[in-house]
Formats: sequence, structure tokens, C-alpha cells
Amino acid sequence: MHVTVRLFASLRDAAGWSQKQIEIDEGTTIGDLLARLQDEVFGDARSGRPVYAAVNHTYADPSVALTDGDEVALFPPVSGGSHHETAAPGHL
Amino acid sequence: MSPQKLFEITDQPLSLDDVARRVNHPNCGAITTFAGVVRGVTATDSGERNTDFLDYEAYVEMAESMLAQIGDEIKQRWPKVEAVSILHRVGRCDIGEPSVVIAVSTPHRGDGCFEACRYGIERLKAIVPIWKKENWSDGEVWVEGPRQPELDITKQPEDATG
Repeated sequence: MHVTVRLFASLRDAAGWSQKQIEIDEGTTIGDLLARLQDEVFGDARSGRPVYAAVNHTYADPSVALTDGDEVALFPPVSGGSHHETAAPGHL
Repeated sequence: MSPQKLFEITDQPLSLDDVARRVNHPNCGAITTFAGVVRGVTATDSGERNTDFLDYEAYVEMAESMLAQIGDEIKQRWPKVEAVSILHRVGRCDIGEPSVVIAVSTPHRGDGCFEACRYGIERLKAIVPIWKKENWSDGEVWVEGPRQPELDITKQPEDATG
């Protein structure tokens, strides 16, 4: 079966793509999918850093099993609004 | 003319008059508004840092549905709230421009409009899938918000409840 994976912000930059159809086995959970993408796509870029997940536009736990046709989004902690309480780390 | 949306992600400039108009209602004698404006200078431990502009990205479909969820949460907490509108910009925002505007209307000023407006911006910053990239003259970086443990799927077993 297939799911559509969408990536945003720094995860999209790390992967070099924003949307892809990915074939997964029956019973694959969000946690399984993230582990696979960590290995195959993100490498060390997201190591130890938080990732949020949503399935069909709703936040989801890593234990949730995916079903055919799901839209799975993975992204870093959100930062909307005009400013942040603690300054970002130094320039890249 | 179709009614304007109350919860919207847009690449167009935002206006407080516009968002206030969206919640105006004959029953209401009070409207509070909030604008989050792009700040050019940020005090840090190592002195002041200057921002040139911010670039916002959103997961638009989910962001608009999360904004509507925040509207529902507000009406549960402050049942006299008549209407809530939250608009967030995407794309480039220059210094001094609003990146987010919020309006809440109630029959009277004591019916929760001030508190609800504050709640709206705090919830937006915690759960709505929008990100900003901060740009300086010599670099850029994605700003990541504070980690919400309940949303982090990489949490360690010891964070997990139950």
C-alpha cells in the first residue's frame, strides 16, 4: 500500500523534497515510517531532535498504524507568530 | 458576495481593521484584537541581533483546521464569545508588518474577549503547523518553537505516559 509523505521546513530542506508517495507494508506505524526516513533520507540531520507527525491533518502518535492512501506529514516544532522567546542559535 | 473566512492562511498583507470586521456582530459591544508584528531587533545574551525579514511556511490545509479548532476551544472556555477570527501570513514578511492578527468579539468587555485573544496566540504558537525562517544580511535559519512533549513522536520511553 501507499501513503503520501509531506515534509515541511527544516525536514523538507534535509530531505530535498516536499512530497512523495511511499510504499509501505501493512501494519507500518508512524514510528516505523520515521525510523525508515531517518535511515534513508534525513541521516544525522534530525538526530535527537523533535519531530511532530500528522495523519490526514490531525496530530498522531507514533504507534498509529497507517492505512492505504493516508497523508502523513512530518515536521519540526511549530514556530508561527511574530517572535520567539529564546533567540535562535547563531548564523548558519 | 461570499462571507469572509474566519480562519485563514494568506500571502496577502494583514490588517487589524479587516480581522475586526470579520467578527463584528450586532450582539457585540466589545472586540479585542492582537497583532504579532515582525521585530527587527532581538535582545540576546550576546547582545542585539538584527533581523532583515522573516519567511513563513505553513501546512495550509492543516493550519486552517487547527486555527478553527482554537476557535472552538475559545468558545468552550468563554461561552459568551460570539466570534473568533485568526489570520496568518505566509511568505516574506518585512520588519513592522503583522504576520498574525486575531480578533474576538463578545457582548460586553467582561465576557472574556481579552483572555480569549491571549489564549488564541499562545495556542497558535504551540500547535498550528507554521514555521518561520529568520533572514539576516549574512545568513538564514529555521526557527523551531519550544518542543511540546505530547506532540513529539521521537519522545523517549521515559517521557511516555502510561
